[in-house]
Amino acid sequence: MKLRTIGIAAAFSATAAAAVLGGLYAWTRPAPIAMSAGAPAAPDPAILAAGARVVALGDCMVCHSTAQGAAYAGGLPLRTPFGTIYSTNITPDPETGIGRWTLPAFRRALREGVARDGHLLYPAFPYVHYTRMSERDIELAYQYLMSRTPIRVEQPPNDLLFPLNFRPVLAFWNLLYLRPGDASIPARQETPLERGRYLVDTLGHCASCHSGLSLTGGERSPPFHGGNIDGWDVPALTGLTQGAAPWRHEQLVAYLRGGLAPGHGAAKGPMRPVTERLADVPREDVEAIATYLLSIQQPGAAGTAPAPLAAPAQASLRSTSPGAQLFAAACAGCHAEAAPMMRLAGRPGLAASSALQGDSPTNFIQTVQQGIPWAHGSPVYMPPFADVLDDGQIAALAAWIRTDVAGKPAWRDVAAASAKLRKENAR
Amino acid sequence: MSTRVTINGKPHTLQSDPSTPLLYVLRGELALNGAKFGCGMGQCGACTVILDGKPVFSCVTPLSALGGRSLRTVEGLGTPDKPGRLQAAFLKHQAAQCGYCIAGMIARAQALLEQHRHPSEEQIRAWMEPNLCRCGTHYRILAAIREVAQEGLA
Repeated sequence: MKLRTIGIAAAFSATAAAAVLGGLYAWTRPAPIAMSAGAPAAPDPAILAAGARVVALGDCMVCHSTAQGAAYAGGLPLRTPFGTIYSTNITPDPETGIGRWTLPAFRRALREGVARDGHLLYPAFPYVHYTRMSERDIELAYQYLMSRTPIRVEQPPNDLLFPLNFRPVLAFWNLLYLRPGDASIPARQETPLERGRYLVDTLGHCASCHSGLSLTGGERSPPFHGGNIDGWDVPALTGLTQGAAPWRHEQLVAYLRGGLAPGHGAAKGPMRPVTERLADVPREDVEAIATYLLSIQQPGAAGTAPAPLAAPAQASLRSTSPGAQLFAAACAGCHAEAAPMMRLAGRPGLAASSALQGDSPTNFIQTVQQGIPWAHGSPVYMPPFADVLDDGQIAALAAWIRTDVAGKPAWRDVAAASAKLRKENAR
Repeated sequence: MSTRVTINGKPHTLQSDPSTPLLYVLRGELALNGAKFGCGMGQCGACTVILDGKPVFSCVTPLSALGGRSLRTVEGLGTPDKPGRLQAAFLKHQAAQCGYCIAGMIARAQALLEQHRHPSEEQIRAWMEPNLCRCGTHYRILAAIREVAQEGLA
């Protein structure tokens, strides 16, 4: 809410600049790129497979699809502090998708954030990262997307605050944040570390969520210190080896591939679909991501050993506190120490879950309310409890689980936070 | 310690331990045997009941969460002599094979039709997704719901 208020202030102060820039833009507006005559010939299967890998690693589908809609047909509302942007249709439909885009038009969109007809794209589309893709990967992604089934669907118009609904102001934003890449970017990365850097910084655009946004809508610098997206707290990526549950390489790989990382919680919220895509790419790519992530860790404060995890929930299950009673009926079937599921690969690592270890109750509340939906091929699932537990009951559950299971000081104002998130989730 | 709940329109004072999942209270204390135990982990939907108008898995719903709330089970929707609208449609389409999932299916569908009088095919399918049927009578189940969705519940 505070961010929104500041965003409005920033928006108004940008109005004057917009007026000047608008004039400037009128003659600097990028030119349209001619439409293609027809769809490109279907590429051979090897090209398609390589393109599928690039598109999966670029996470295109995560934003350019909705749960009910067709893949890549867009329509996902991206709620930003500046208003709502609906993702576009990137199927090769000639009218409503990118069916008439040539490779140069597609390349310009990725490198410069400019649509085929010359209008500037919003940076919710992470061209500040894609701009450093190799020529080869851009072409592979193009070939793959152009071979998808065309879907004719017009997505809703964006709903942004003035003056941000005036696209030319983006020219100013690009001056601040866009460092365009070019054809000199190597097609192959020589080491796992370099491959990982390319996958994290360029294709995977991890910083888009894991850095948080500055007042002008750019990613905060230095990157990877965490943020908030879709009502979920996004953890920092620079403290993975610290805290009560330090991550090891093989745990990160298992987590990122949508599976179970013994000793950690499972991917949930907005990270869940990301891991679904990473489950489809070659393991070596996810290994490279883990290698790079572990190379950017900040050293912990001198002499701080990870705090030991509290004793398992078993001992206090007999407690008669309201939270313990709720846990016994709603959660213990899977999460109690003696539950059969706990015997399978040590899951689910409740005490070590970042949702319970975090300083804010946000991700705990979201996980309880929304659960973890089924995903094809994943062993991870949790039913939603939004209609079972009211906000006071979620707070009671939190009070017990946070202290008795996670061994941390209680969170404050959980019921109010739960009520707020419930309202936002219902939108 | 007792818990007061309205079940199928009648007030009840339940004596089961508050940390008991609702399903066992329904079947054990009240002999309302419509809702079934399937997985006990909120995965299959055989235990689905309607809590404040929303479908919930009774196997993971704490009795202690129910104080003052309104609960309905498949038994509240009709009787063998006078089946409810949706129950009659399930009978007409012979939607049950072994029948184990049916009470949960009807409870979930009832909650949908009370919220949306005429849901679309997509809405019906998305809504019913959490409930599983191992016999494979999904098409008959969908046909029964579709019929009521066209005509309306009442």
